[in-house]
Amino acid sequence: MNTSLPYDRYQRQLILKGFGVAAQDKLRGSKVLVIGAGGLGCPILNYLTAAGVGHLGVADHDKVSLSNLHRQILFDTNDIGKYKVDVVKGKLNALNPEVEIQTWRDQWTKQHCIDYFLEFDVIVDATDNFSSRYMINDASVLLQKPLVFGAVSQYEGQVAVFNVKQDDGSFSVSYRDIFPVPPQDAEVLNCSEAGVLGVLPGVIGSMQASEVIKLITGIGNPLVNKLWNYNVLNQSVCIMDLVPRKDNSGGMPLNLDQFLDTPYDVQCGLNVDHQNEINPDTWKESYMGNFLVDIREPYEQPRLNSLAESMNLKLIEIPLSELESRFAEVCDKNLVLVCQAGKRSLHAVDLLSRMNINSVAYSLKGGVNGLVDLKWLSNE
Amino acid sequence: MIELLFFGQLTDVTGTSTMEWDSVQDTDELLKQLLYKYPQLSKMKFVIAVNNKMTTETMPLNPGSKIAFMPPFSGG
Repeated sequence: MNTSLPYDRYQRQLILKGFGVAAQDKLRGSKVLVIGAGGLGCPILNYLTAAGVGHLGVADHDKVSLSNLHRQILFDTNDIGKYKVDVVKGKLNALNPEVEIQTWRDQWTKQHCIDYFLEFDVIVDATDNFSSRYMINDASVLLQKPLVFGAVSQYEGQVAVFNVKQDDGSFSVSYRDIFPVPPQDAEVLNCSEAGVLGVLPGVIGSMQASEVIKLITGIGNPLVNKLWNYNVLNQSVCIMDLVPRKDNSGGMPLNLDQFLDTPYDVQCGLNVDHQNEINPDTWKESYMGNFLVDIREPYEQPRLNSLAESMNLKLIEIPLSELESRFAEVCDKNLVLVCQAGKRSLHAVDLLSRMNINSVAYSLKGGVNGLVDLKWLSNE
Repeated sequence: MIELLFFGQLTDVTGTSTMEWDSVQDTDELLKQLLYKYPQLSKMKFVIAVNNKMTTETMPLNPGSKIAFMPPFSGG
């Protein structure tokens, strides 16, 4: 009779054909680092803790906010304002006290990657921006750690397992093989800009957790050299076979010194000048006479027409993608640019100044989301 | 004919996730025709897969080929 009573908790997976005590021992002996405790991180951490991974590292510098709760399922209304990792630690300890939880509540940096990746068996990317994603990918390649990648956009998600040592000793493809050059963060909308159906990161994070368990226990075939794509609207799945890229045109750092010198935030356009950023109060006091340029795509909601009417604003709608070609419409006007979250409008101001605009352009901090929070604008 | 599949924000430009296209010789020619019809795609990053296999160079296309255009996602 098996006397290892602590394993009673895992009885339903222990009795699985191909799993058993051997797989459970591997989970208990493993260390997994999850970077990001948001929409993806919550289900990943929840399932890995429940499954009995021995040691979990969790990094996130954010605090819980109300708009997190529709998808970040480890948090409840009472947690608003608390550091995510502090809440997560409490919830996970309650779920499974056998799992050791290590947390970081500072911003995860290149130095963190170098200092801590080697202590873990698997790295999980549950972040929400390209700057972090490229940094984590490159560090995983340089430090030879398998990386479980997941990302979402509106109704779609992607999962892949990168950088796994293969039978011939080489490593499987990484994110740089698919997309060698980092996109500017403003080019691709994230959740705060484009929105996300709450259940979607649940699906994608759960997929990531299952890939972690497969990697550690050796069961099944992880998504190595494959990119799994999912669309929640029609439940369609598309799996793409990935191939290594021969050239290094994207600027993957070749060693840790180059890695430390790689300006990920600049490459991803995060390091923009905030000098021309104004908050809604300053806008209301001083710049309501400027033309308000809504640079969002036509489908992004809520629109600003009713606000413009009630506050007597001069509103122009020019999507960011058309700003260059329609420069003549704005080049001699004083402007306040607005987007959904205040990120793309910063880039747009930068773009206009590089095009030698003859007038003054400001970016509205917090964007339309900020105006909704202030209740100047309603979502309906 | 060939079948084109678009993912993520690319569908904001094309207005649809799938479309039929007249057969063309290879992925280069297809890309040229697509960018002519949808110039905004030139500003977007994506990887091309032919019959579910990612391409890193020009690939010949046959009638019935399925060509997928996949952009990077950043959300989490």
